[in-house]
Amino acid sequence: MASLKDLRNRIASVKATQKITKAMQMVAAAKLRRAQAAAEAARPYAERMETVLGNLAAGMLQGGQAPLLLTGTGKSERHLLLVATGERGLCGAFNSSIVRFAREKALSLIADGKQVKFFCVGRKGYEQLRRTFPNDIIELVDLRAVRTIGFKEANDIAAKILHLLDQGAFDVCTLFYAHFKSVIAQVPTAQQLIPATFEARAADADAPVYEYEPDEEEILADLLPRNLAVQIFKALLENQASFYGSQMSAMDNATRNAGDMIKKQTLIYNRTRQAMITKELIEIISGAEAL
Amino acid sequence: MASLPFELVSPERLVFSGAVSEVIVPGAEGEFGVMAGHAPFIAMLKPGILTIKGDGADRRYFVRGGFAEVNAAGLTILAEEAKPAEEIDAGALAQHIKDAEEDVRDATSDEARQRAQRQLDDLRQVALALHPGAPAATAH
Repeated sequence: MASLKDLRNRIASVKATQKITKAMQMVAAAKLRRAQAAAEAARPYAERMETVLGNLAAGMLQGGQAPLLLTGTGKSERHLLLVATGERGLCGAFNSSIVRFAREKALSLIADGKQVKFFCVGRKGYEQLRRTFPNDIIELVDLRAVRTIGFKEANDIAAKILHLLDQGAFDVCTLFYAHFKSVIAQVPTAQQLIPATFEARAADADAPVYEYEPDEEEILADLLPRNLAVQIFKALLENQASFYGSQMSAMDNATRNAGDMIKKQTLIYNRTRQAMITKELIEIISGAEAL
Repeated sequence: MASLPFELVSPERLVFSGAVSEVIVPGAEGEFGVMAGHAPFIAMLKPGILTIKGDGADRRYFVRGGFAEVNAAGLTILAEEAKPAEEIDAGALAQHIKDAEEDVRDATSDEARQRAQRQLDDLRQVALALHPGAPAATAH
């Protein structure tokens, strides 16, 4: 049986752990608020971009001559999976659920006889994917040093992907991230980036007939790469919010568990203490009686 | 005066939103002014200064990369970068210019070089407009 001192030490260490998890939970909550605001602030841009591109793309697809980003290479043999995860752990199943989702998708693609390559954003996803696909990870973007994710980071990633596309390294590019539904629900999501997909809009009779300057093709050629960056940016922000949401609930659980443990340990501690006092009393009394 | 609903959006946030009387936009093929009742129109932007004319003093923003969309609902500008002109510091601008110079140097095709050169010229103009006194940003 553990001595009283051992029990005291154990309780103290659990208390220290609880303090840490509590602090982490509060930090995560504060950061979550900021991340959520950033994700919301980015939404209008992405939405408008999509509307305009949708209009343009609908016209282009009918006209033929559409750029590579819109049509893809016409094949779907080689897939590039862009897996965006967090840089840190201690966030529940956040990283694992994205990775699991991507891995399942990759395995089913491989089973269909396709080639799969990975582009990892975030160290955690890389570390997990490396175990299953040691030779298929072609890029790792580490955002650990980045304090707040700006458009620049997304732009850099988009530039790398465009470079790979130019080299003909893949036919289809799909992005994996966790969609931030609420603080307690983050849904791993797959979004196809290349070829770009836009919601088919029914031909609207009231839709204004735009004039373009310069012409539509040039605008589209300029906007599609930008859109790639915007979509990635949106995903990174969503991911960030999901990460903190996940971390917050994980730390909340940890704090509660620590509380339970402290209660249990304190009970054992008190019982042991009582038992010892009783034992000592018995010893004294029986000693006195023997005299 | 008829007012024009105007929104200036950057990927990070909504920079400006409100009714104005006129906006001068640096379009890729020349600056143009937009007032209420403008025909539906989509134009690319060049790096430059966007001027908003409203009730008070004119407001100036530095915008870079993106496009402007005019429709019945008003004018929307999506710019990769949009900042009040006063907040632009010479250092950041010089960095952009340096990047653009590198683009010109690294361009592999004539077309790309021309495009990069145009960007560079636009940026130099902005630098000149904002900081007339500054040493004409690393002119070779």
